[in-house]
Amino acid sequence: MISLVGSREDGRRGAAGLPSQETKVVGSTLLKRGFAHMLKHGVIMDVTNAEQAQIAEDAGAVAVMVLDKLPYDIRKAGGVARTASLSAIYEILKTTTIPVMAKCRIGHTYEARVLEDAGVDMIDESEVLTPADEERHIWKWDFTTPFVDGARDLGEALRRIEEGAAMIRTKGEPGTGNVAEAIKHVRVVNAEVARLRAFHSAGDTQELLKTAREMRVAYELALETAKLGRLPVVNFAAGGIATPADAAQMMQLGCDGIFVGSGIFKSEDPAERARAVVLATTFWDDSKTVAEAQRMVDERKSLLGMDSKQTDLRMQERGAQL
Amino acid sequence: MGIQGDIEEHVRAIAQAMEEEGVHGETTMLKTPESVDLADGVVIPGGESTVMGYLASTNGTLTRLRQRIAEGLPALGTCAGAIALSARVEDRVVGPTKQPLFGVLDATVRRNAFGRQRESFETAVSIPKLGEKPFRGVFIRAPVVSSVGEGVEVLSRLDEGIVAVQQRNILATCFHPELSGDTRLHRHFLSLAR
Repeated sequence: MISLVGSREDGRRGAAGLPSQETKVVGSTLLKRGFAHMLKHGVIMDVTNAEQAQIAEDAGAVAVMVLDKLPYDIRKAGGVARTASLSAIYEILKTTTIPVMAKCRIGHTYEARVLEDAGVDMIDESEVLTPADEERHIWKWDFTTPFVDGARDLGEALRRIEEGAAMIRTKGEPGTGNVAEAIKHVRVVNAEVARLRAFHSAGDTQELLKTAREMRVAYELALETAKLGRLPVVNFAAGGIATPADAAQMMQLGCDGIFVGSGIFKSEDPAERARAVVLATTFWDDSKTVAEAQRMVDERKSLLGMDSKQTDLRMQERGAQL
Repeated sequence: MGIQGDIEEHVRAIAQAMEEEGVHGETTMLKTPESVDLADGVVIPGGESTVMGYLASTNGTLTRLRQRIAEGLPALGTCAGAIALSARVEDRVVGPTKQPLFGVLDATVRRNAFGRQRESFETAVSIPKLGEKPFRGVFIRAPVVSSVGEGVEVLSRLDEGIVAVQQRNILATCFHPELSGDTRLHRHFLSLAR
């Protein structure tokens, strides 16, 4: 059984009790969070077309994420970044057997509706695109399609779960090829979970409640996190992962899996790199295999990247205060 | 098999089933051929069958597991695990797939048979062999068994399709008993391993 904390099922979906043999319940919290559980220990790769999606599938990706421009190119192009072209999404849906995800802008309910209608398996409400609502995220409980949202700390993650996110990815700094921010955000979440857990083990309900208020999250979510000793939904690392060793490092920090954005298809050896990153993610606890994976790529062909402290556009800050 | 998917949910379900049955045992992540040799049973979890098959074939785990299951090692496969165990696989949208398989279960499986995640569903599933009480069937981008060979017992049907089968030491379900909190299938698997 998986955690269903905070679930807001309406009568339409009727998830309490066992459904009858004549009914098929869709869009329940168990189905949405359960879908994310199937991705665990895997790599989700950003792709812009069907050829890249095929390379990702052949390399052992658990899912692909469709964008018109990779985060690195979004940074270079400037302007407003919106959800991907539907023609690209349909083409990838038709040719790919693994799950297909796509990004919508933060707070843009109708962009998400369009993606749900297209039939994507998961929607990423993403700071990589230009936020559409500067005050609110999407109310995700109303959708049948599950959502993944970004977070830099535990409070942000639990606020997104309260809005209905079925999966979290720590944000990192997308499109930089610099893993430092990804590592920082996972460390912050881990440290905050450990703090809640310590309050709970000490029976200090008041401190747990005070911390939940500071984080602006519901007490029941903070309590469940403290009891579980981890986020109540699947958590992947993202934002700056470029090499097999980067992937292994994120898995060692306790992530359930990883997203690779620009790191693969902005490198000069995408097919080998995709396979190598998958190998290093699965066998992260065996340094020999990680070394073998790292040998499959050539550092001179890595995304050059940029210093995430010097970039003008800090994607991770988008939506963080909400 | 601890390569990809909802491994931890199966570890918990097996632990619970062992407690209920009063059986002592350990669970371990099978990722290498050497670890396979130590096992008295294997669970192939839900996840992506293409990923599991490919990764298990990179270091010899697939070959070793295939051999041991064929020799009688009890195996439980759920969803992607059921696909991986089967001899023949096709995808609803793209047709025949060339993914690596264990191929030990004499069955043809259709991937994503009910549709995409939007069409994933929960319903009551009846498995007469395991009692009258229906299962909570959690079907996530689920496959369906479209045909089986002679030595395969059909445990459950849904609509026109087969959703749970047993072939001697091999159990396979198209849904996820590890997500439902009902341990009857895991207990049945333990009985095969004893």
